[in-house]
Amino acid sequence: MRTSMTRCGAVALAVTFAAGVRAQDFDSQKDFDYAKQLLAMTPQGPEGKPWEQNLGGKEIDTSKYKKPGPYNVCFSNAGVDNPWRVVGWTDMQAEVDMLKSDIKSFTAADAEGKDDKQISDINSFVASGKCDILIVSPNTTAALTPAVEAACKKLPVVVFDRGVQTDCPVTFVNPIGGYGWGIVTADFIVSKLPKGGKVLGLRILPGVDVLETRWSAANRIFKANGVNVVGAEFTGGDNAKTKSIVEDYINRFGKIDAVWMDAGATAVAAIEAFEDAGQPYPIITGEDQMDFLTAWKKDKLTAVAPTYPTYQWRSPVIAAVKILKGEPVIGPTWKLPQPTITQDTLDKYVNPNMPPLFYAMCGCQDMPGYPQRWGGK
Amino acid sequence: MTVALKERTPRPRFADLSRQVNIGVAVFVVLYAAIAFRQPSYVEPAGVMNFLRRAAPLAILASGQLFVIVSGGFDLSVGSLVTLVVIGASMMTGGDPALTWGAIGALYAMGLAVGLLNGVAVAYLKVPSIIATLGMLLSVDGVAMMWSGGSPRGYLPENFRAFGRFVFRDVPGVGLLPLSVIVLAVVTLLAWWGLHGTVFGRRVFAVGDNPRAAELAGVRVDLTRIAAFILSALSAVTAGILLGGFAGVSTDVGHGLELQAIAACVIGGAQLMGGRGSVVGVVFGALSLFALFTLLNLVGLPQALRDTAQGLILIFAVASGAYRQRTGG
Repeated sequence: MRTSMTRCGAVALAVTFAAGVRAQDFDSQKDFDYAKQLLAMTPQGPEGKPWEQNLGGKEIDTSKYKKPGPYNVCFSNAGVDNPWRVVGWTDMQAEVDMLKSDIKSFTAADAEGKDDKQISDINSFVASGKCDILIVSPNTTAALTPAVEAACKKLPVVVFDRGVQTDCPVTFVNPIGGYGWGIVTADFIVSKLPKGGKVLGLRILPGVDVLETRWSAANRIFKANGVNVVGAEFTGGDNAKTKSIVEDYINRFGKIDAVWMDAGATAVAAIEAFEDAGQPYPIITGEDQMDFLTAWKKDKLTAVAPTYPTYQWRSPVIAAVKILKGEPVIGPTWKLPQPTITQDTLDKYVNPNMPPLFYAMCGCQDMPGYPQRWGGK
Repeated sequence: MTVALKERTPRPRFADLSRQVNIGVAVFVVLYAAIAFRQPSYVEPAGVMNFLRRAAPLAILASGQLFVIVSGGFDLSVGSLVTLVVIGASMMTGGDPALTWGAIGALYAMGLAVGLLNGVAVAYLKVPSIIATLGMLLSVDGVAMMWSGGSPRGYLPENFRAFGRFVFRDVPGVGLLPLSVIVLAVVTLLAWWGLHGTVFGRRVFAVGDNPRAAELAGVRVDLTRIAAFILSALSAVTAGILLGGFAGVSTDVGHGLELQAIAACVIGGAQLMGGRGSVVGVVFGALSLFALFTLLNLVGLPQALRDTAQGLILIFAVASGAYRQRTGG
């Protein structure tokens, strides 16, 4: 199992995203403030369609890419190796179906989480001459930059999810990101925590920028409010490890009042630890995975679910068609809203007919094939 | 603790065995007293039951491992087998409770196959058991990763989870009685009977003590070895079912368990290289090891240091076992 940490790394990277070009400082006041600003903004764009909305973006002219349709769209995918990406990938295919009249062919290459495979995927797309536009969801930021730059010289490129270190793509679509996640979750815990309450932080693994920023933003707020953080442990994203860490902390401190998590996949394991120890449920922050939302509703938890919305997989397809039609799009950076599921909106997202690993913020409820296509009943 | 003490066997046949049992029990009592001193809730019935529930998989794994150790080998494949069981259960059931029993049957069949392969490699192909089972560790790990695609997938149905989570409430005398503790008691009794109460058990001791002599005495050394590996693998399947029930799908759950199981055997007085050991000693060895982890946690030692401590303790336990045999053997 020596490789399990690297695998977890891949999972962690995949569930989240690279904060872009400036990601090396994990605890930047500037990025923190910018995320705070974005959270406060009212999204612009069509009501009820967050995947077409943007936060403070400007439209850019794309008339130079204008072509007669229908189009050949190519997509280089970092991987579909975790439930978040599975839901997103399903979203994307459904979006393609919805734009069938404009899209003649949609060709995707799965890099299986490998940089070298993705570089060669991109190169062969470019060399084939069969793509009118290329969508890229990069596996890692730095390694994919040269390949994307080379592609930009031949055809229009749209990047989403994790970024690349170049401005050459027509647009880079992504939500607010890790700082926003940290702010929303920590603010929630601070507002609910009894005086002197104990907080346990559960993180997947160290050193991944996107996870580090979630934690750095939360920790910044905890420190500013004098919150008693009794520990921050790495779970490797594993249920068994998460549950025994939480049990250990309950044994050691008698009572834990709040659990902060940098990703929701193991939130249910954390909750079970409290159940099995006969303890009251903690204040907890999870994610929009269905198993957590279901537990939240059933056990009447004090909880909040930040999201890294899977609906962002729809936006690049929409952008690609617009670009080829010469219609303006938001760029060179397109910030999507990053909604948070709260007690007030919980009922809207809980759906017993969807599988436990389904991400509710998919924006897919109105898409062809829902819910069966996403594994629902 | 009351239940744990009830599991003590009638006086073992060998004088030195009784000494080893006492050492395993003594270590446990000292460690548990230290735990209780730091966290008094551990002496309440609920605290004891909770402790036993969490320690049960390791104790089960150790009592299976004991058969291999007494027969003169090692089984390093059990940790990865535990992981395979958990992943296999989620892939086979896909969260459907109707498939639970079929999946459990398939898991035991899988365990049987792994144990058989280990045994055949050791008994017929003459591969040293450390190498054979280390190879099996890698292979089983690889199968688990291929099956799951490397990340936890799927779900375990509630009736499968019950083996690790279900608790009988309002039981006279103890209050809470976790299902996993009952499984532990049953496995311990079976293992004790198998090793100390049957002809097969005596053959395992004979093979471990002196395989040549055992062979000349008419013992089928090859079959005995294979059977020991199969029992170890079946105990790993049982432990895997409990662990999967306890925490759900995980690709990491079996990590390091093989060493913990071997350490538990050594702390419980089993002799590496074979010929000596007792089930009761080993169960208390496992409880001691788990008590030690609990204590290190209560003291607030970080995970990395706990791993370091575990490694050092394993070495120390083997050294002290060797010392006891030199002086008292």
